[in-house]
Amino acid sequence: MLEVKNLHVQVDDKEILKGMNITVAPGEVHSIMGPNGSGKSTLAQVLAGKETYEVTEGEVTFQGKDLLDLEPEERACEGIFLAFQYPVEIPGVANTYLLREALNAKREYRDEKPLKHIEFAKLAREKMKALGIDEDLLKRSVNAGFSGGEKKRNEIFQMQILEPTLAVLDETDSGLDIDALKIVANGVNSMKDSGRSFIVITHYQRLLNYIVPDFVHVMVDGKIVRSGGKELAYELEEKGYAGF
Amino acid sequence: MAIVFDGTRESYVERLSEFLDSGQKDAPEWITTLRREAISGFAKLGFPTLSDEEWRFTNLEVLRRGSFSIAENGISGVSKKSVDSYGFPGLDCLRLVFVNGRFASSLSDTRDAGKEILVKSLSEAICEQGDLVKDHLARYADYEKDAFISLNTSYFEDGAFVYVPDGTVFEKPVHVLHVSTDEGHPLFINPRNLIIVGQNSVAKVIEHYVSASQSVYFSNVVTEVVCGENANLEHYRLEFESQKAFNFSTLRVNQQKNSNIASHSVLCGGAIVRNNVHPVLGGEGCNSDIYGLFISEGRQHMDNFMRVEHASPHCDSRQFYNGVLDGRSKGVFHGRILVHEGAEKTDAKQTNRNLLLSDTAQIDTKPQLEIYNDDVKCTHGATIGQMDEEALFYLRSRGVSMRQAKIIMLQAFTAETLEHMSIDSVREVLEGVVMKWFEQRLQNGKGK
Repeated sequence: MLEVKNLHVQVDDKEILKGMNITVAPGEVHSIMGPNGSGKSTLAQVLAGKETYEVTEGEVTFQGKDLLDLEPEERACEGIFLAFQYPVEIPGVANTYLLREALNAKREYRDEKPLKHIEFAKLAREKMKALGIDEDLLKRSVNAGFSGGEKKRNEIFQMQILEPTLAVLDETDSGLDIDALKIVANGVNSMKDSGRSFIVITHYQRLLNYIVPDFVHVMVDGKIVRSGGKELAYELEEKGYAGF
Repeated sequence: MAIVFDGTRESYVERLSEFLDSGQKDAPEWITTLRREAISGFAKLGFPTLSDEEWRFTNLEVLRRGSFSIAENGISGVSKKSVDSYGFPGLDCLRLVFVNGRFASSLSDTRDAGKEILVKSLSEAICEQGDLVKDHLARYADYEKDAFISLNTSYFEDGAFVYVPDGTVFEKPVHVLHVSTDEGHPLFINPRNLIIVGQNSVAKVIEHYVSASQSVYFSNVVTEVVCGENANLEHYRLEFESQKAFNFSTLRVNQQKNSNIASHSVLCGGAIVRNNVHPVLGGEGCNSDIYGLFISEGRQHMDNFMRVEHASPHCDSRQFYNGVLDGRSKGVFHGRILVHEGAEKTDAKQTNRNLLLSDTAQIDTKPQLEIYNDDVKCTHGATIGQMDEEALFYLRSRGVSMRQAKIIMLQAFTAETLEHMSIDSVREVLEGVVMKWFEQRLQNGKGK
């Protein structure tokens, strides 16, 4: 599904990713762990198409297509979703408006009819209920004045509506209390299927108790230094990153 | 023979007698006296220059060099159909239409004004309600201190007169449409409006300035508003003049005890525009909400000059102005809050936010608080910025195209001011106009 080969990325002439490799097959859950500044979030942003990151070498293929050739909105329509580490506040744009625009942009891309208001409202209500999100969050401006937990839950809610093929969760667990963490994890687990993959970026092994990964990768200084099964996460929890 | 002004102070002073002789022979004496007093005000003042503190961002050199003349052709050239096209779909309203500053009775519709409510042209009111007009006309807009008010008071021909007597809830909006046409030479047009809302009364007035052609003219508007005790006025000023026009306007509001006004200004047209909003909160417990949106492109220059005067205790004012500037256009927001000595418990707030769509657009924003009382709460804030790249990326990462993401952001920005309008059909028309403007900007490959 996703193949990242020898990816080098720089920002302001500083190299952040230094030959990153990862391959994700359909249905797999991959976790990327690593210390601050190792390049985890950079990878996430590059996959989503952030233009301030310059790819100097390497390639990224997503479902057979050259991902780096696509605009951010095309990537989203192709099925990539990034749950932001720091969701952006957009005053004046209602959450529901953004979501309907986004969903219908995706449907149009696939030559499907746009959803009617009432159909969208029904869909949104179902998903919100499952995530324990208050309905007035739909009417509020995107992330504006949301608590940290609300922002993260809102990302998962968007993911559920947009139903991506590959979801990249960038530290979605950071700053969440245990209840919120469970809700987020349930939101992810309920979407798992054989055609959908996840890359879960996290600092903490804690999240992986709830979202069980097929593979764990340790990222240090811009590349993956070790990969393994979920037991690798426990090893990290015990020993820290010092050994890498 | 045409009355022509060559731009000099002397020409504006000297032509007054010609003006009085030509069309104003039947005017009551007090009006003629008023005009003479006003022009002596202008004789002293002349047009402001950049060295005037209140005009330091707006250069009027081109106005001082321009030749303008009084319109002669009457209302021909404006059809009922074109007037309808300036209307607001589905809005049940009264309509006063003026062409080049003169009343177009045949294009107006004032049938439903109701008992005792007067909606008519100011020139008619001067004849028929002379005493009432005399009590208020030129009592608030100071022709001795402001050159444009002096000129308007000297040369106005007509404008709207709206009178809502005490204790009258007048829900139907009055649409005051001022249309300018091309007469082959640049016109000097002086619309003069007077709005009187009595005690415990309610009114809604939409002043609307449009042009039937893209010609050069000098439009100089003065509107005086009296808001009686516990009265409530919603006022709109929609400026869609020709892109080559000079538009100067003053909204001077006299607020009495516990009165409430909402002022909405939307500026879109004009080469040089000056928008003066000057409410005086003259009785206890007044409230003024002042909203504005200006959008400019090319080499347009839009100067917004607020003077919110707190003259009594326990009054609240809110200024909320947003600007969107593209091309090489320039904007000015000068927000003055003046709190008089006796005006304790004043609560005044001012916000001006600006969005620059090009590297060459420019905005000068200047708050100015002048406070002569210790017991007040006054705040101001201004922001200037480009479109938020992080927000655009966030929207795009959800599948929304770059173009649509920009439109969503711009809509949200303009909604901050437009959403306060209570007349839905007016707001919707404006949203449509703003939307079209954005789409044109984005089509031109700008708006980055």
